[in-house]
Amino acid sequence: MSHNKNEQRFSRRGFMKATSLAGGGLLIGFTFFESCKPGAEPALDLAELNYNDFNAFIKIADNGAVTIFSPNPEIGQGVKTSMPMIIAEELDVDWKDVHVVQAPLDSKNYTRQVAGGSQSIRHGWEPLRQTGATARQMLVNAAAARWGVDASECSSSRGVITNAKGETLTYGDVVNEAAGMEIPEDVKLKPVSEFHIIGQEIGNVDIDEIVTGKPLFGLDYKKEGMYYACVARPPAFGQTLDSFDDSEARAISGVKEVVRFGDKVAVLATDTWTAMKGKKALKLSWKSDTSLESTAEHHKILTGLLDGNSFETLRKDGDVKKAFSKADFVLERTYESPFLPHNCMEPMNFFAEVTPEKIHLVGPIQTPEGTANRIAEVLERDVADIHLEMTRQGGGFGRRLYGDFAIEAAEISNLTQKPVQVVFSREDDMADGIYRPAIKYRIAASVKDGAITGYHLKEASINSNMYGLIPNFFPAGALENYQVDVAKFDSKITTGAWRAPYTNFLAFAEQTFFDELAELMETDRIQLRLDLLDNVKGTTDDRIQYSPERMQKVIRTAVEKSGWGSAPDGVYQGFSAYYCHNSHVAEVAEVVMEGGQPVVKRVVCVVDCGIVVNPLGARNQVEGGVIDGIGHAMYGDFAFEDGAPENLNFDGYRLIRIKEIPRVETHFIKNTESPTGLGEPALPPAGAAVANAIKAATGKRLYNQPFIKELKDLQIPKKEIIG
Amino acid sequence: MPNYSIKVNGKSHSVEVSADTPLLWVLRDHLDLAGTKYGCGIALCGTCTVHVNGSPVRSCVMPIGQVGDGEIKTIEGLSEDGSHPLQKAWKTVDVPQCGYCQAGQIMSAAALLESNPNPSEAEIKEAMNGNICRCASYQRIHEAVALAARESQS
Repeated sequence: MSHNKNEQRFSRRGFMKATSLAGGGLLIGFTFFESCKPGAEPALDLAELNYNDFNAFIKIADNGAVTIFSPNPEIGQGVKTSMPMIIAEELDVDWKDVHVVQAPLDSKNYTRQVAGGSQSIRHGWEPLRQTGATARQMLVNAAAARWGVDASECSSSRGVITNAKGETLTYGDVVNEAAGMEIPEDVKLKPVSEFHIIGQEIGNVDIDEIVTGKPLFGLDYKKEGMYYACVARPPAFGQTLDSFDDSEARAISGVKEVVRFGDKVAVLATDTWTAMKGKKALKLSWKSDTSLESTAEHHKILTGLLDGNSFETLRKDGDVKKAFSKADFVLERTYESPFLPHNCMEPMNFFAEVTPEKIHLVGPIQTPEGTANRIAEVLERDVADIHLEMTRQGGGFGRRLYGDFAIEAAEISNLTQKPVQVVFSREDDMADGIYRPAIKYRIAASVKDGAITGYHLKEASINSNMYGLIPNFFPAGALENYQVDVAKFDSKITTGAWRAPYTNFLAFAEQTFFDELAELMETDRIQLRLDLLDNVKGTTDDRIQYSPERMQKVIRTAVEKSGWGSAPDGVYQGFSAYYCHNSHVAEVAEVVMEGGQPVVKRVVCVVDCGIVVNPLGARNQVEGGVIDGIGHAMYGDFAFEDGAPENLNFDGYRLIRIKEIPRVETHFIKNTESPTGLGEPALPPAGAAVANAIKAATGKRLYNQPFIKELKDLQIPKKEIIG
Repeated sequence: MPNYSIKVNGKSHSVEVSADTPLLWVLRDHLDLAGTKYGCGIALCGTCTVHVNGSPVRSCVMPIGQVGDGEIKTIEGLSEDGSHPLQKAWKTVDVPQCGYCQAGQIMSAAALLESNPNPSEAEIKEAMNGNICRCASYQRIHEAVALAARESQS
């Protein structure tokens, strides 16, 4: 599994440069995103390199104060805190002396910025450590040179360098000399046992601004003379604009312009409310040349795909058909999930000011570089004209990977030559989504002489299918006969990534399937999984993504920490374990019956994500991921009729609230492995753990999301109603 | 357009907006108080929560014409320097993930603690149930409200 290890190789000279600051001090620039690409050589001409080529900096002032400039977008995953922690650790300074600043992205200095994905910490781990360690070594070398001793006789601790005689110099004392030192190769990284920042509970670096209501987010951005723009878009996927009458909208005081672009009409006004009113006052006539889609139709189409023969096979081991024909029995189940909107609390928005000279863009976006390129293309402009600033982002969940809202802002500003902020209402946000696609899974497994002999997973999805790594997740490698087939239907409804794409529902299907299979096999549901994992140990199949040893460890730890099997009367437990985003997670959910309905009271979540950089932030991600997973599995329902969503706000679309949450207990496996993903992995197993607990509590096996639809007509055997 | 004089965080402001303009947009677009957030526009997510005469109000559905001489308090006016027990508790517990909904959460919690300084677990959940956190930081929201109540008692 060599591809699972952090094997980033890079030329330090390629991504790092040091120099003196005009006012005293040391500035180390590094091209973070270049250095994060495993094996990538920077496409830079070193002779031409200057500070404008770098996109992140460590600044050490001659008073010893350390500033770390972070180029990454912060969407709630905590990287603005945790990534600088890694640099500070190897730089060997006190965290209290570190000031983190979001890099000023509007400057020409930052032209190569790319948003990090859920892999920020995994890919950044090694380069960030190297960066901090290199800076530390230069400071030590500078002190050694001043003392006239060899650097190997000197040590550093929390910003102070000490020589063999016990003399000391602070980083601030030697920064100006360090700036002139050659950048050392092969610096030594700290052993994990000496970490004093990594592994500590460090608070969110933006906490003061958040709790006092300082402007941080996209919608908070303002520029003198800016207009707010609300956009009327086709209400149904598949519709186009036929004609419109804007006379009533223009009559509203405060409405400044109405402009059509493509099949959309934008109303520009002096405040958001007036823009919203102006949009409502438009008389719009839509048309469609084709039939409009509905959920009922999708249901038939996806079922047809599962029943048909139009699959692409993503992995095939042995012969499942043969195994099924020889089996004592075959269990086959079909699982169904709806589309889901992202519903970031901060609706989509973006600021654009397009002038003949330049294009200024500001807002929340996960993919600034790709979006800038697309805007350059749409406006037929040079991408060098574009300056893009990223704000803090009121949630991402995948929705802000797509720059549609930023392109709209640029188009409107281009047409009107006014600075504009496009604002989606909540209804716009839900109606013009790039949704999690509706998906159906069909899983079949054969059992012979008390053992599973074959496993066949089929996926039927809207627009796109699971990415290539997923067929190599559990139980791939554990069974001789194993096959994954996928098929899709091309829809006009736009779909894309949604927190833990595909696995957010596949984990539910798979982990409830194994629960049911264990019941039919009359075997222990935990032991069944442990035995399958035993089969994978020592595999030479380098496509296999997960580690059977690490998976067994999270399973065993979850059993122990939850008190699996010894819950008090009236408490029903459900188990689930899943690997994704390079991390292994096991969860136990506990359900009680209240008023004839199952209520989730407690979830124990055990995570192996390697070294935990910031436990305080990490637990937050796990707690949020588990509750998010339960919330969408329980309540998330998003149906289409005549090409349009049936619900467009929180009156019809239900998100989990504080009264409905369980207590989440998080445990991390302690080890010294390099860190892996954490923003997503706790979510996928949550739905299955709850569904399996609901089965234990009610006898009802859930196959479809949202659960509340299936629980509506729940007939509970009398003995199980408590209170 | 009519002119309204409103009192926000102890200061009087004069704004010229249409009578149906919700207080939320007056605060955000006209008074540069961007701490109060827009989430749904129909009083169902709590992100826009402010206090009017000490009571929690969803500012997204309160037209400026109905504010009258009510005393409005926003997150910016909760304390001078972020030292309100809830702001301190939010920091201690490290509540936020994305942070967008937190001003509304804190304002809902502040109204609760003013009317009920020592709420039970059920009372905290009841009072906070109108506020959605899409990142699902609910467990910490609950913990921070309880902590602030304890700190204020002692």
